Amino acid sequence: MADAAIAPTTTATAAATPAHGRYGSISRDRRWALRWSYFFLVLFAIFFLMPPVYMFITSLKSSAEISAATNPWWVYSPTLSNYIELLTQNQYLTFFRNSAIVSVFVVIITMVISVIAAFALARMRFWGSAALATGVFLTYLIPDTLLFIPLFKMFAWVNETFDIQLMNHWWTLMILYPTLTVPFATWIMIGYFASIPKELDEAALIDGATWFQTLTKIFIPVALPGIIAATIFTFTVAWAQFLYPLAFTTSTSELVLPVGIVTTLIKGDVFNWGQIMTGALLGAAPPLIIYAFLMDYYIAGLTAGATKG
Amino acid sequence: MADIAARGPITISAGGRSSLHKLMQRKSTIAFLMTLPLILLILVLVAYPAGYAVYLAMLNKGMTRFVGLGNFAFLFGRDTFWMVVFQSCLFAITAVIFKAIIGFVVAHFVHNIPSKGQRKWRGMLLVPWVIPPAMSTLAWLWLFDPSYSAFNWILEHIGLDHVAWLGETGWARFSVILVNVWIGAPFFMIMYLASLKSVPEQLYEAAAIDGATWWQRIWYVTLPMMRNIIAITALFSLIVTFANFDIVRVLTKGDPLNTTHVFATWAFRVGIESGDIPLGASVSLFMVPILAVAATFILRDITKRGSEV
Repeated sequence: MADAAIAPTTTATAAATPAHGRYGSISRDRRWALRWSYFFLVLFAIFFLMPPVYMFITSLKSSAEISAATNPWWVYSPTLSNYIELLTQNQYLTFFRNSAIVSVFVVIITMVISVIAAFALARMRFWGSAALATGVFLTYLIPDTLLFIPLFKMFAWVNETFDIQLMNHWWTLMILYPTLTVPFATWIMIGYFASIPKELDEAALIDGATWFQTLTKIFIPVALPGIIAATIFTFTVAWAQFLYPLAFTTSTSELVLPVGIVTTLIKGDVFNWGQIMTGALLGAAPPLIIYAFLMDYYIAGLTAGATKG
Repeated sequence: MADIAARGPITISAGGRSSLHKLMQRKSTIAFLMTLPLILLILVLVAYPAGYAVYLAMLNKGMTRFVGLGNFAFLFGRDTFWMVVFQSCLFAITAVIFKAIIGFVVAHFVHNIPSKGQRKWRGMLLVPWVIPPAMSTLAWLWLFDPSYSAFNWILEHIGLDHVAWLGETGWARFSVILVNVWIGAPFFMIMYLASLKSVPEQLYEAAAIDGATWWQRIWYVTLPMMRNIIAITALFSLIVTFANFDIVRVLTKGDPLNTTHVFATWAFRVGIESGDIPLGASVSLFMVPILAVAATFILRDITKRGSEV
């Protein structure tokens, strides 16, 4: 930053008095560093953006054009038929609806549980609160891949014992996803709440506010950026979750998007790639749109998850 | 417990304090009630299943008989198991190293350019992290397609042989790692960029005055200042990568000949698809040692930083 500010002045000196070669070379180095940076950034951007761009290219192709094996990186006769076919198909819309309902409810459940719990853990010290905070962090590190088999068996047991069929229903996912989202959301909310100055809530308590009022009138408004970040994250995790729906749902009417696309659009060995890419791109759209509008919150949440403690 | 501890001084002081006593009692009770949903969720849906997995792993296939360590003995005698161990370690370690290197390099390039343009580049480069992995892996599956691979089309046009991206063990392992690096590198980039910005500019100025080369600046200034964040990001990523499921599942399903299976995908194959829940649970338990070691280091770092503050 400081170099950038100095650079124009040194160039001016170097131009005026060529004898001062040293300063000139620093700014020349700086310019070259900048050029190389842009050059490599373009290369990396190509690498990082190639798959989504390729999804988009393929989504505009007809099956005939795909099987003709023309230049895969170019569309010769663009068509929206894949989009129209998919969006008029009940099956795909069902996946989308299931995903949307599950994600929205998981966000609500997660935020209610975690904001209230994080407030208690950050401010109202009680016996075991420190241990509980550590426990929250540890559960955040336990992956879904460790839990799906015992949960699978537990759900089977619930069915045998209470005659409640939890398997193969999209709403079951609303019980499962919080195991991943609640520990994470609680963890970043503890971090955000702990950074609020104590004087603020002490003043409120002295003025006679109840704990509940302190939470709703002070903590939630002050920590709003953190709440937005946690909400975005919870939504992204819920929308993208793949293992639980793959293990717990099988009927096509109960599937959510990621699993629906992978299992129904790939029929045996017949790959309708135009539709698969369209489906995947539309499925990736909600998180991408949210990200495009709330990028700063997203990045704040990303760095907070690993560093706040 | 806090109540009992608090009761001492209060009973000693005058009787008018009983309302304070009540408040104290209420505070810890309220706090406990506020964290109750979180505690129940963690106990019922995370802690219990995690313990249950250990019990399940010690039953026979029909879950009728206790076999102790029989499942583990069976696994140790199978070549596939050792291949999965090897592939899981290769996959996680290689992917984390490359993610860290690429993230570090890209973060530097972004940091080098004028701050006005940084937001745009950062936004573009984070896209792989935002797209649900199952969906972006589908794009890679299509890029690696045996007969219509867009990569092979390029190779053909520059006069090289076709590559069986997912058909040969070596290339298939390369491909799953490549996709993982593609998804995860942006996360490292964001973390490192945030930490680069916190390195004081004066340190670089002092190094420049002392005549340090760019390499010395990175080695003696940047790396020591970023040591903490580099370690913690790598450990986090190690946990997530080691437990990865989506990429291998969508890209290869473990093929060719189970050589790309990692613990999570093999546990799914054995436990859910082949119906041997105890064996699947034993396979997934092998993720625990690595997770435990990484978690211990992360926790130590967090408590250390907590006590510094």
